[in-house]
Amino acid sequence: MTTLTRRQLLQGAAVAGAAGAAAVAVPSVAEAASARARQPGDVGLLYDSTLCIGCRACVTKCKSANNLPVDAMNINGVPYDAPDDLNATTKTVIQVAAQGDRFAFVKRQCMQCLDPACVSACMIKAYQKGPDGVIGYDQSRCLGDRYCQIACPFNVPKFQWSKAVPVMVKCEMCRHRKEGPACSEVCPRQAVVFGKVPDLLAEAKRRQAASPGKYLARIYGEHEVGGTQCLYLTAADVPFETLGLPKVDGTPQPHLSTSIQHGVYKGMIAPVALYAAIGLAVWRNTRKGDEEKKP
Amino acid sequence: MSHAPATPVGGKLTTPFFNFMALVALAGAAALVVRFAQGLGAATGMTDGYAWGIWIALDVVVGTALGCGGYAMALLVYLANRGKYHPLVRPAMLTGALGYTFAATSIIVDVGRYWGIWKIPTYVAWWNFDSALLEVALCVMTYVMVLWIEFSPSILERWRASGTPGQRSFAESAGPRLDRALPWIIALGLLLPTMHQSSLGTVMMLPFSKMHALWFSPLLPLLFLVNCLFLGYAMVVAESTLSSTGLGTRRETRLLGALAPTMAWVLILFVVLRFGDLALRGSLPAAFVAGKYAAWFWLETLLLLAPAVVLLGRNARERASTQFGAALSMLAGGILYRFDTYILAYDPGSGWSYFPSALEILITAGFVAAEVMIYLWIVRRFPVLSSATPAESR
Ligand code: SF4
Ligand code: SF4
Ligand code: SF4
Repeated sequence: MTTLTRRQLLQGAAVAGAAGAAAVAVPSVAEAASARARQPGDVGLLYDSTLCIGCRACVTKCKSANNLPVDAMNINGVPYDAPDDLNATTKTVIQVAAQGDRFAFVKRQCMQCLDPACVSACMIKAYQKGPDGVIGYDQSRCLGDRYCQIACPFNVPKFQWSKAVPVMVKCEMCRHRKEGPACSEVCPRQAVVFGKVPDLLAEAKRRQAASPGKYLARIYGEHEVGGTQCLYLTAADVPFETLGLPKVDGTPQPHLSTSIQHGVYKGMIAPVALYAAIGLAVWRNTRKGDEEKKP
Repeated sequence: MSHAPATPVGGKLTTPFFNFMALVALAGAAALVVRFAQGLGAATGMTDGYAWGIWIALDVVVGTALGCGGYAMALLVYLANRGKYHPLVRPAMLTGALGYTFAATSIIVDVGRYWGIWKIPTYVAWWNFDSALLEVALCVMTYVMVLWIEFSPSILERWRASGTPGQRSFAESAGPRLDRALPWIIALGLLLPTMHQSSLGTVMMLPFSKMHALWFSPLLPLLFLVNCLFLGYAMVVAESTLSSTGLGTRRETRLLGALAPTMAWVLILFVVLRFGDLALRGSLPAAFVAGKYAAWFWLETLLLLAPAVVLLGRNARERASTQFGAALSMLAGGILYRFDTYILAYDPGSGWSYFPSALEILITAGFVAAEVMIYLWIVRRFPVLSSATPAESR
């Protein structure tokens, strides 16, 4: 698959201008800044792949804390709770990236994006960012149209395909628990820790500095898709893509579509003006007793 | 120039073809029971990777575009003031009304929590203006009503001529009022598709990190708009040709021939916009990387360029078979473009694949069959086709 580079994405602004079409006014596409700056109160998780031993205590605790059933898989006739990916009964999963006899674990869950695609996608705001930056989901609003699934760059929201009355399932940072996230609470190795994002960033940098050469000199989520509140550290020789984290640049996912929506529909001025113009033209063209032009 | 008035085609409704359509529609309805009783997983091939399948890509995204014949013709007749095409407007409005109605019905089948759909138009405080899908939903809901109002003169005409006394007096009183409002309703019928057809392109801009470079474009809204125009014209041509063959109405070859250059230039505009955009953003090399993406991309292009060339030629003005062939090619290319943007070009990452299930296909087929049945019933009973009027009464 040929992925888009940032340049390919943004040069569209010039093309759109050249096309001069009212329908594609792209007003502010050149500034790819995140729509939302990090707030001091934002909370998130820091996951350190080099410390994770793959015990999956976090996965099991997440299920019990969120009242989710096991995802039973039969191996040699024995059922295990073995989700292979996030799914309708799994809000976090531990996956392994193996290369020869080297391997590394990765924990997946909602990234709590600064500028979330799921929020931008949802027609009637079933997803909303809370004061701590966590994206909460309100099933009483949800229509189950699944645009959030299409939009999310990390394929996080999952749908209850086997239910006649389905809801979406995704990590909401255990916002229903006053103790905070269950996964970080049980992790025996501090491979996943919960905290305020500025503290998590400082902790990540501290770990990188404390063990020179051990870590890749990047923090996944610091800038990806305009920044996420869940952050990742990985070993120096295990790139984030090997862990299965998608290769994305710093453009917030909703950036381009939102600028179009805002550019064209701001205050409904353009549509109303267009309607008036069309209305006048039609009225003029159907006037003068032009019987035969009635539909 | 005066046109023949439209007349009902008449004749027996329950032909073998009609009965076959009824069978397909019934089978689709049976499949719907599974979907509503057991959920989307039991009835479809959709997954968490491909959360949208043919019900969105075909029924809604393609279905509405095929219903754009009324929009495309109204642009010519009412904006460009080409009155001669007027006989083509009414049947196009009918296919539009049917196409959009079934697209809207498909949405109800597709969304998981369909019982809450009424909240979209009513819970104004919840509206998220960032969402192109909201724009599509609101616009499509309104446009369904606009299309049926635009088509209603045909029903009123029949009621005035041969309805029950009640129908007659209703038609008599509603008719003049409708006439006065019509220019503004027609204008709404021109505005709404401009908005939601382009928004259908914007919808697939949001997941840009998962889109293939040959289909992602900042011009997606414009490309989708131009695409729905030529699909609309192609539907008008195909529909006219099919009803003259299937229902024995008069051929409209000369009128359709006059439309040919317009169709060709819209096609050329689409291809130029698409290639220009890809070239300027440096994405064009992806078209020369051997593989399925390039193959589908070139197939789309060929299916659109070939009819453009043909439509500029002489044959297209005079030969019904040439017109019909060109229209079919345009339909194939235009439909493919929409389908590819929503399904092929969308890549959620490794490990996911999508193929519609038998029930999923059956439900779509059932909808199409029901649409065809209602179309046949209406054109046989109501004055829609002016080609059904005997030539001597012109
Ligand atoms: S990871 Fe996906 S679901 Fe989570 S906030 Fe970001 S866009 Fe939304
Ligand atoms: S924060 Fe809570 S819901 Fe999210 S992954 Fe951790 S335990 Fe699961
Ligand atoms: S509990 Fe900690 S060490 Fe165990 S799998 Fe989860 S993150 Fe890794």
